[in-house]
Amino acid sequence: MAQVNLLHAINSALDIAMAENERTVCFGEDVGHFGGVFRATSGLQEKYGKARCFNSPLVEQGIIGFANGLAAQGTVAIAEIQFADYIFPAFDQIVNEAAKFRYRTGNEFNVGKLTIRSPYGGGIAGGLYHSQSPEAYFAHTPGLKVVIPRNPYQAKGLLLASIRDDNPVIFFEPKRLYRASVGEVPEEDYQLPLGKAEVVQTGTDITLLAWGAQMEIIEKAAQMASNEGISCEVVDLRTILPWDIETITNSVMKTGRLLISQEAPLTAGFASEIAATIQSECFLHLESPIARVCGLDTPYPLALEKEYVSDHLKVYEAIKKTVNF
Amino acid sequence: MSTELYNDGPVVHQPTFIDGTSVEIPELRILDQDGTTYPNADLPDIDQASATKIYQTLAFHRVLDERMVASQRQGRLSFYMTALGEEATSVGGAAALQPQDMIMMQYREQGALMYRGFSLENFMNQLFSNAEDLGKGRQMPIHYGSKALNCMTVSSTLATQIPQAAGYAYGQKLQGLDAVTLCYFGEGAASEGDFHAGLNMAAVQEAPVIFFCRNNGYAISTPSDEQFKGNGIASRGVGYGMKTIRIDGNDILAVLKATQIARAYAVKESKPVLIEAMSYRLGAHSTSDDPSGYRTKEEEAKWQSHDPILRMKNWMLKQNWWDEEQETALFEKYREEVLAAVKVAEKIDKPHIDTMITDVYDVPSAQLQAQLDEVKVHVKKYPEAYPFTAGKF
Repeated sequence: MAQVNLLHAINSALDIAMAENERTVCFGEDVGHFGGVFRATSGLQEKYGKARCFNSPLVEQGIIGFANGLAAQGTVAIAEIQFADYIFPAFDQIVNEAAKFRYRTGNEFNVGKLTIRSPYGGGIAGGLYHSQSPEAYFAHTPGLKVVIPRNPYQAKGLLLASIRDDNPVIFFEPKRLYRASVGEVPEEDYQLPLGKAEVVQTGTDITLLAWGAQMEIIEKAAQMASNEGISCEVVDLRTILPWDIETITNSVMKTGRLLISQEAPLTAGFASEIAATIQSECFLHLESPIARVCGLDTPYPLALEKEYVSDHLKVYEAIKKTVNF
Repeated sequence: MSTELYNDGPVVHQPTFIDGTSVEIPELRILDQDGTTYPNADLPDIDQASATKIYQTLAFHRVLDERMVASQRQGRLSFYMTALGEEATSVGGAAALQPQDMIMMQYREQGALMYRGFSLENFMNQLFSNAEDLGKGRQMPIHYGSKALNCMTVSSTLATQIPQAAGYAYGQKLQGLDAVTLCYFGEGAASEGDFHAGLNMAAVQEAPVIFFCRNNGYAISTPSDEQFKGNGIASRGVGYGMKTIRIDGNDILAVLKATQIARAYAVKESKPVLIEAMSYRLGAHSTSDDPSGYRTKEEEAKWQSHDPILRMKNWMLKQNWWDEEQETALFEKYREEVLAAVKVAEKIDKPHIDTMITDVYDVPSAQLQAQLDEVKVHVKKYPEAYPFTAGKF
């Protein structure tokens, strides 16, 4: 196994998907010869031709509308939205069309072969429009799957599963980790299951739950807590929709405490959905209120980014407060 | 890598503005209202058998619309939309295609489905959202679709089908199929951003798609001069670098001719075409609309005299391909059939409660199953409040 970064792992997944099925296409803004602004599609046009890996005009609603049509036709459509911040022009095509395609047609038609890839998340001095984490907007939409990996191994396995899943999937890639996260990734084909959380570290005092780039934050906080004798169970949700209620419930039944951390703003973020569900499922097992460590309810600021983000220190403080409740 | 287009045109040294009238767009008309063809006109590919099929489809469309509006008025149906006065655009467009071509509709193109053989029962089951509906009773009336007939299911969201048509056609091209996608939309929908997105993407990606705009003068109450200030929709096609034609949408021969040529071009060159069919929405926008609030009886009467079905009938009579006896018999037959089908469809059960959660995903998630189970327990507890489903699971 080779040590590669997250971008390389994604590129490898795309390469495998395009090689295994000649009806697989990748497209989006600057995706073609240039290989994407982050180089995730690097080399694919040279290898598979301009008809299968190409630049689109600069129009997000067009990219996803076009992808919906391709997928309905039976083509495996992997569309890239350059930043998750710019997915909103395509919100109608995603929410009203892609998500409802199979249901409204009575399964006469579907866009199961659609995957939307998009870099998300902050920590790169990206300000308001290169930092957002919009997963909660899509979590409110039946018919979609929403997947977020935390490292190169997860990225390749989850992306291949997303491409092959027979439902439209939004795959958010933590851009802060594109080059920063390096790990062992098999060169061959493998898949990781959608809809399954992963217990990354077992513990007994509190369950820490996050996804994507926020995983390394809570792992760091868990390390700090363990130095104080607090045993944290660290869980990666991996799939936002439909999410793995069972794994989280089992963990909280054991630890009696839950802390959820996300980059996105607090109010109506996905942590709220998890907190409400776990409160309902584990009421008699909870020994303290469920803690949410999230971004502030403000747009994502530039100069005050450090203060805004839910960093490991904020998570660490919340762990101590919850355990000592 | 080409940017040299910027210097393609003539260069001037005084400021010279052009306006929307600089491009003159002629309107193709082959058939006059009295049933004669213009002497120098190029006729479409049509014989007596195909003409008869087209005419019978137009007649069926007229009958279905009349009967279903009456049914809606009687409270038997929640909602309906006619295509009164515009039937030639949908029926003629479909008649110019091959069965393997995909048709994407907005909602006023039931004629395309009729031409392709969507059965009367299929129409009724969808309109009454019963258990036999292909769409499983989930969408409002007139949101038809059929995989078997290559007609994409209608959704209410305007213009979303336009970029989808570009993508669908691009997929057909990648597979090397002898097939195109025809995408219908109204002139109101052409104001949506998805119109721009779809036409530009189709042009750039060279997708074999026929964009077919029904310019019928109104988007609900909004007349077209409050919809755009340019030279209709056709002038925009030129801006996207697309072959474009404007036709008389009430002239079935013009619709056929233009669409036949567009199809041949789209397949051969693998490029998109824009057709703007000029027509008039003779009926109300829908059964929830009353046009007397925003337009005059005189205006409607003027367009009554351009009836596309009567125009084709006049031509058929002149060809000696049709007579008044056949006409009377056909309309009577259709009226009886539709009435009988209404009576059957409205008695068929509503869809089973389990269909509420199927097809959200390929397989229902555990959460969805749990939610359905909860609803079932509730329905059993209060059966009188849920008469359609109680006692049926």
